[in-house]
Amino acid sequence: MKILVAIKQVPERDAQLAIGPGGRWIEESGVGYTINEPDAYALEEALRLKEAVGAGAEVIAISAGPERVASTLREALAKGADRAIHIVADDLGARDTLGLARLLAEVVRAEAPDLVLTGLQSDDLGLGQTGVVLAELLGIPHATIILQVEKTEAGLRVKRELEDGWFQHVDLPLPALLTIQSGGNKLRYATLMGIKRAKSKELKTVAAGAAAESAAVTLERVYLPERQKRTEMLTGSAAEVAAQIVEKLKFEVRVL
Amino acid sequence: MSGVLVVVEHREGRLGRASLEALAAGQQLAAGVGGECFAIVLGDGIAGVVGELKGKRLAKVFAVERALLKAYTADGYVHALEQVLKKVGPAYVVFPHTYQVRDYAPALATRFGQVLVPDVVAISFGGDGRPTFVRQLFQGKLNGDYRQVGVGPCFVSVQAGSFRGDAVQAGSAAVEPIAVELTERQIRTRPGERFREAAQTVDLTASPVIVSVGRGIREQENIALVQALADALGAELAASRPICDAGWLPMERQVGSSGQTVAPKLYLAVGISGAIQHLVGMKGSKTVIAINKDADAPIFEVADYGVVGDLFEIVPALTKAVLEAKGGGGN
Repeated sequence: MKILVAIKQVPERDAQLAIGPGGRWIEESGVGYTINEPDAYALEEALRLKEAVGAGAEVIAISAGPERVASTLREALAKGADRAIHIVADDLGARDTLGLARLLAEVVRAEAPDLVLTGLQSDDLGLGQTGVVLAELLGIPHATIILQVEKTEAGLRVKRELEDGWFQHVDLPLPALLTIQSGGNKLRYATLMGIKRAKSKELKTVAAGAAAESAAVTLERVYLPERQKRTEMLTGSAAEVAAQIVEKLKFEVRVL
Repeated sequence: MSGVLVVVEHREGRLGRASLEALAAGQQLAAGVGGECFAIVLGDGIAGVVGELKGKRLAKVFAVERALLKAYTADGYVHALEQVLKKVGPAYVVFPHTYQVRDYAPALATRFGQVLVPDVVAISFGGDGRPTFVRQLFQGKLNGDYRQVGVGPCFVSVQAGSFRGDAVQAGSAAVEPIAVELTERQIRTRPGERFREAAQTVDLTASPVIVSVGRGIREQENIALVQALADALGAELAASRPICDAGWLPMERQVGSSGQTVAPKLYLAVGISGAIQHLVGMKGSKTVIAINKDADAPIFEVADYGVVGDLFEIVPALTKAVLEAKGGGGN
């Protein structure tokens, strides 16, 4: 079973964000990058499936982006991926979801995996659709927001999250694509041995083709949101803040 | 036709709240671009929903009635809607941003060489009369303005709570059934019945006061601090998703798009940054108080009162002050 995991590298969750020159994206210098959290769960699911299937199973991590992306792929190798493919592209901002999915699809087609996994959405753009678009381009069935994956005789049985605490099982044949929800498994850490082994694993680079077709949608401007409510900030020592909150609870919210 | 087509969802024969909000967004968009607003409903046994839609201000209600569309599948919806869109030819297609839409709308847009603009919170119009769609980026820390640049239908889904479902204009709409070609073989996935893990024993929606805890609490044993505050206030304890994923609190205490949606008198958020998925579950609260170490946390966007500081100092102090106020106040 050949499992391919599509990973995105994103700014760290607690990164201090500033608007970059031109106002179309964030200022990237000084920002630390890491694996997109749901993609980390997709990788974890792939590694677990590989362990469950046993001999002959292979996990390949792929990611598109500039040079810095290689560090996230190395980390995936250290955690247990067998090899990695880096689609080197410095112009992801100029490609919309379809443009990016086409880049990925080219590599995925050449690998012809049984299963493609990716996180359900990215922590930066949060578009939540690269996986579904990729499945459509590849012409394979998909299921989204998946918490558990089980190999069956005919293909896969997955547990899909729905709204308001509901779930659903879905059966689908292989090859297929799944988008993975955070929290389904406990994430593993890379071991020292894993980090050492990763150095001898293959990390192939592929140059991205030019963004030939024009984008369908563009991100024109990024900016700090206007406050929806006027927030009254309470300041002072912990005791002073506590006293102010109690006042509000008594006389304005009226719950005390 | 040009104009706006709203794809609605239904459960147990009725329109969901998210679909009413999508209709409101569709009507607003149609007014802005100077076109008409249409709606489409798919499924098996949809007469009730069609009846409900007939009473809205819509140029027409399209209905696709097929047994194969009784249970939702991405393949069924993509095949059916692709044919409908080719027949109807809308300039804009508007969806509620539900889990179902997230599952198929991106593939549908791909069939038209387009890209869905998902989870839109506002629509504005510039000088050229073309709409700008506002989305949240970086878990709500930034906003982004998106515009369609290509030619073809423009696909947009709207975030829950961003448009007012009660603002949908009433009227009278004609119904047009549409036949689609769809065979069982085209549907590659087999969906099972919906189920819940365990009987929901905690009904957060009934509690007037909720104290909710997020990632900022760092460790499971620290939850006790927040539990003490909840006890002092006579509140239910709730949490954001990462806390329940980690197993620190049961899933039934989760507030957000995958958990419960609450609107209490007071929502006190402790160490919750306020990712979009959390905010949609609590932004209807009457009063929100947020305690967080990061002054830029999106939770402050929806907070009435905010405290930037160390929760490990503020929460115990607040618990103490609440207990004193209760003891001293005689109530």
